Order: sequence, then C-alpha cells, then structure tokens
Amino acid sequence: MNKIWVILKREYKTRVAKRSFLLMTILVPLLIFGFYAAIIAVALSGGNEKQNIAVIDEASLFDGKIENKDNFTFTFINEASVDKFRDEYRKQGFTSLLYIPKFDLNNPKDINIYSETQIGPVTKSRIEKIVNNAIENKRMIAANIDPAKLNNIKSDITIENPVGKGKDIKKGSADVSSAVGYAAGILIYITMFIYGMMVMRGVMEEKINRIAEVIVSSVKPFQLMVGKIIGIGAVGLTQFVIWIIIVFILQFLIPIIFPSLAHSMAAAQANTPQAQQSGALTAISQGLKYLNFGLIIFCFIFYFIGGYLIYASLFAAVGCSVSEDQQEAQQLTLPITMPIVLAFVIMTKAAAEPESGIAVFGSLFPLTSPIVMMARIPYGIGSTVPWWQLGLSMVFLIMGFLFTAWLAGKIYRTGILMYGKKASWKEMWKWAFKS
Amino acid sequence: MSMLEVRNLRKYFATQKAVDDVSFTLEKGSIFGLLGPNGAGKTTLIRMITGIFYPDQGEIFFDGKTFDPKNDVVNIGYMPEERGLYKKMKIGDQAVYLAQLKGLTHEKAIEKVKEWFIKFEMQSWWNKKIEDLSKGMGQKLQFVTTVLHDPKLIILDEPFSGLDPVNSNLIKDEIYNLAQKGSTIIFSTHRMEQVEEICDHIILVNKGKKILDGSVNGVKQQFKENLFNIQLNQSVSASSSDIFDVISRRNNGLVVKIRNGYQANDVLKYFIDQHAGILSFNEILPSLNEIFIKLVEGTSLSRQFQKVTV
Repeated sequence: MNKIWVILKREYKTRVAKRSFLLMTILVPLLIFGFYAAIIAVALSGGNEKQNIAVIDEASLFDGKIENKDNFTFTFINEASVDKFRDEYRKQGFTSLLYIPKFDLNNPKDINIYSETQIGPVTKSRIEKIVNNAIENKRMIAANIDPAKLNNIKSDITIENPVGKGKDIKKGSADVSSAVGYAAGILIYITMFIYGMMVMRGVMEEKINRIAEVIVSSVKPFQLMVGKIIGIGAVGLTQFVIWIIIVFILQFLIPIIFPSLAHSMAAAQANTPQAQQSGALTAISQGLKYLNFGLIIFCFIFYFIGGYLIYASLFAAVGCSVSEDQQEAQQLTLPITMPIVLAFVIMTKAAAEPESGIAVFGSLFPLTSPIVMMARIPYGIGSTVPWWQLGLSMVFLIMGFLFTAWLAGKIYRTGILMYGKKASWKEMWKWAFKS
Repeated sequence: MSMLEVRNLRKYFATQKAVDDVSFTLEKGSIFGLLGPNGAGKTTLIRMITGIFYPDQGEIFFDGKTFDPKNDVVNIGYMPEERGLYKKMKIGDQAVYLAQLKGLTHEKAIEKVKEWFIKFEMQSWWNKKIEDLSKGMGQKLQFVTTVLHDPKLIILDEPFSGLDPVNSNLIKDEIYNLAQKGSTIIFSTHRMEQVEEICDHIILVNKGKKILDGSVNGVKQQFKENLFNIQLNQSVSASSSDIFDVISRRNNGLVVKIRNGYQANDVLKYFIDQHAGILSFNEILPSLNEIFIKLVEGTSLSRQFQKVTV
C-alpha cells in the first residue's frame, strides 16, 4: 500500500509539474471563454452602424411614414426619379436607397435596395421585415381585416413542464436537461480518452525505457499499474477542480465585461415584463433551477472515476503489450475505443430520448454507462431515471472495474517484461486466462 | 551459512523449458558467476530469485528462510540486462524514488543517494535529466540505484556493458568492496575474462540445465588437459616420447601433453637428462572461455522451440 502511494505520488507530481499540464488547465478554459466572449461581443455590437436610408415609395406602401428605430433612419424622397437618384443618394449622405415601385399587392416584386457595398444580413432582414409588415397591413385592409384586432387574436405561448408529484413540483425544461446531459456526456467522453491514452503512453514509456523490470523487482506489477492509474486519475480530478474554480471566477467576470448581457440575464431572472424579449433566457434560467446540481456533480465525478478506472486498466493492458511502435498501439487500441465511440452514439440518443430502451441499456452496461448515464441524469433522478437504475448502474460499474482491473493486471504482469514483439490478442487472452 | 539456496527450480513456458531442475547454493559474501549462452535461462532464473516470476516447482531459501518475495525484495538489489530509467525525470529524484520503492523513507533515501553520489563524484548530476547523460554515465547511475539500499543480495546482469575501462574499474572495486562488507553478489555475464577476475564460484547453465558448478580454480583443474609450457635455452629436436606428446613448438619453446601415468617431474627429468637448460616450466590451465566453448559447443547454437508437456 505504501509503495502504491510512492508510485502514485511520482506519477502525479511529474505530470502536474509539466508545462503542458499548466497550459491545458489554465489556457483551455480561458481560450473557450475568450472565444465565447468574442462571439457575444460580436452579437451584441452587430448592427450598431448608422443606417441612413433613402426611400422612394412609388407604391405608397408606407403612406409617407416609417418609424425610425434604433440606428435606422428613413427619409422619403418624393421628387426624384430612381434612375437619377441612384447616382446621387451617396452624395446626399444616405447609406442606401430603398426603392419600391408600383406593384400588384398579390404579387409584389422588383423591390430593391441599392447600396455601394453589400448590406449586412441583419440590416437586410430588418428592412425585409419592415416591408413585409407594410405589405401585410395593406393586404389586411384590402381584405377588410382590422390589423389591431388580428394582433389581439394572435397567440404566442410557451408550454411549461411541471415535473413531480404533490408539493415537489418543479418546472423543468427538456431543452436545458438535454443540453446539460449532452455536455456532461461529451466531457466524460473526452476526458476518458485523454486520460486513458495518458495511462497507455505511461506504460509504454516504462516498457520502452526498459525501466519496467527495475521497478518490478521492487514492487508487484499490479501495484505499479494501480499506482499509475490512480496517479493519473488524480491529475484529471485536479484539472476538473481547477476548471470549476476558473468557471466560477469567470461567472463573476462576465457581468463586468458585458454589462448589457448581465442586464438581460438579471431581467430574465426577475421575470419582469421588460424581459419578455428574452423569453429564451427565462426558459434557460428556469430549466437550470430545475436541475439538481449537487447530485449531478456527484454523479459526474462518480462516473468519471468509474469510467476512467475501467478504460485506464484496459489502456494499460494495451500499453504493456506493445513493443516499440506507436502504430502498433493504434491498432491494439481499436477494440477499446469502439465501445467508447458506441457509448457516444448512444449518448446522443439518450440526451434526446432518455427513456428509450437503448438509453436504459447503455446506462447500465459498464463500458457505456459513464457516458450514457450522464446524459440521462439531468432529466431527473427518481423520475426519468429511477433510483434502482442508478444504483444498478453504479454497482455494475464497480463490478466492471474490478473485472477489468483483474484482467489487465494479469496481462500487464506478463506483457511488461516481454520485449521485441507485439503481442497478439490471442496471446493476451492466454496471459489473462491461462497463466 | 548460505545466503541463497535454490533447490530443483523449474519454470516452463509454453514453448520452452526455460529453467529445468536447477539447484545451487551461495555463501554469504561470495561473488557468484552465473554463466551461460544467450537464451540459456539465466534471466528466467534471476527473475525467480528476485520474485518477479513464481517457480513452477522447487524451493528458494533466502538467508536461511523460505523466500518470501513480498518482504525479501527489499534485501535484493537487481540490475537487469534490459535496464533503463525515466528519461525526463531529474536524476536525484529518480534515485530517491527507486530507493523509496525499496522501502526506504524519503529522508533516508535522500541521505543515501547523497552519500553514493559523493562516492562516485556525481554530485553535480542531481538536477540533470537522464537524457543529458551518456550511456556510460547512465550505467553508473543505474549501479548506484541498484545498491544504495544496502541489499544483502546484489544481482548484476552484464554490469559492465557500455562502460569505459576507468568506470569499469570503479564499479569492479565497488563490487569487491560490497562483497567484503558482507553482501553476496550474483554476476551474470558471458564475458569470461571478467568472471575469471572477479568470481569465487561459478555455475554454467545451458538449455535450462546446470552443466557446471564449482570454484573458478576447481573448474579449471577439472578441465585441465595436462598441458605444460617449457622454455629452453637452446633449440631441442625433442619429439614425442613415452612420457609426453609435443603439441606445438615455437623457437625454443614447447607445449607438451603428459601421457597418462606420468608426472610433471618426469618431463623435467627427461629434459635434464638431455642436458637442456630449462628457463621456465608451467602448467597451462584452460581459460573459462575455452571451457565455456567446449561445453556449449556441439549443442545447437540457438535453442529450438519445443513442445512442453508438464
């Protein structure tokens, strides 16, 4: 036990002290944050440019008035003809020229906007909306419908989804649950790959550097394997903790950097009438409230550890069976990466349909459960995921780990001292079950 | 009292009888040569003694008691032939780590490593990495990591490969030193001149079986062919006689083989009777190299794979 601790400490220290670890841990979240910050910044600042638009309305579509909104200013030109004014609007200080010829109300066409440079998609869709509204109004009047009345008749609701029984009713959001489940599943998928591969490379390093035999003469191969797997797993957990802290800090930074975003978020949270335009945000914050984050984080860590331990032992078994060649490793990892990819595929379905048969199976089978179960859990434990399924899945996961660790230990014991050639699957089978 | 006793040790693999009924005894403080051609089963034998493999059959007694790998490995220092160290790790940390795996506490390990680094003039290496070392320097470090926990039994597999004569001597002296202090040393190699120089006791294994066991001198006596070298002060036209056969002649020297039933003195008497001035007369003992080749030759050079039925 003491020796496993010594090995574990070395594996942990050498990796955490590496520059690449620092880069991964601190730079990656900052990069992702920076990326999103850039997207948000662009989205918020979009269409801030002043649009001074000249309108020649030969069809009298607007009856001489368009509401100037935000940065859009419309000026009607009555006396000039289009052909002539097309050469002049720039000089008079307009950014573009909207030309509406006389048209048949049932078949409007040839409505153009002239500009020197291509107009942006936001501007274009804004103007299209204005013109469409005007045409609709005209048509309604032609059909003897009062536009004000129609507005009253129109309905725009969102369906809410209270989940649970009796007093425990909470409002959920399928979209949010699905998104959180998807994100958690992908995170486990990626980390299992990264850290599983790290274990495999570590084992290969020991074998290729020929240090394995030196160490195995002091400790049992199984101790070496377990120490390595736990040490690298601890590196992964450290990385998570740092990421969570960074995300936590950034949460406070976002409102400072983007005050307008913070404003609409706050409005959404307060659910005030002004927030009606940010209805989506309301739904998200409501959906997030529905989630039991404590339980989700606990399950996430449990499934990360369990899934990591299962796959890390398999990756260790592959690492010790390879002789020198990176390519050999790639061939041998294929049977291990396949269940992970399969789990990913099931997960995409489970995030959308958490109660389907394949999702239930995937969340119980230990090779796929870490990824698939994480996609189902945000839908609610005790409701969508019955407690017995969660319990059974966790028991299977632990049993699965004990089995793969035992199997990998046997392969490892023989493989780590074999030099010169790659082991075939047949030989590895023999090491595991015949010796 | 014996440090290590091996009785009827046997280890079969799927296609090889790697070690087949080998027994030997090692005295405390002795330097023991384990010889054999490539693939004779030396490494398998050593791996059983170091607790890496379990024997299929047979017993190992370590320091008078049945060998218990879990507790006894701390008293063994093993430098395998396939050896290496972590390339990216600092040398000092690495030595301390390996010492800790042998059961030393962190503080004790640091103390020991410092002591040995001073002895081998390696103090400036502490913060360097293995990839900065030459092969010979790496070898020296490997030796230090093998012995720094004061093991009672030290097993060295080809310890001098890649070392220059100066560093070879440094390590050779250290081996003598350790033996003097009571450590027992097993020395596995196929470099016979080193064995002759260092070892007290040798065994030779071939194809998994022990084919020779004894002290270096005893083995030589066992394989001597009654050859003598005579240097005379004049050329003699002596040819084979009743007493001896002339094997070769060169200037005033002769190599003779004494016939059965005669002694060295009979040869001397013969030449004295011939009134030849004898400058030197000495027995030619076979080198271990010759014995090795003689014993191993004739068996097929590489081991054939065979079906093993247990």
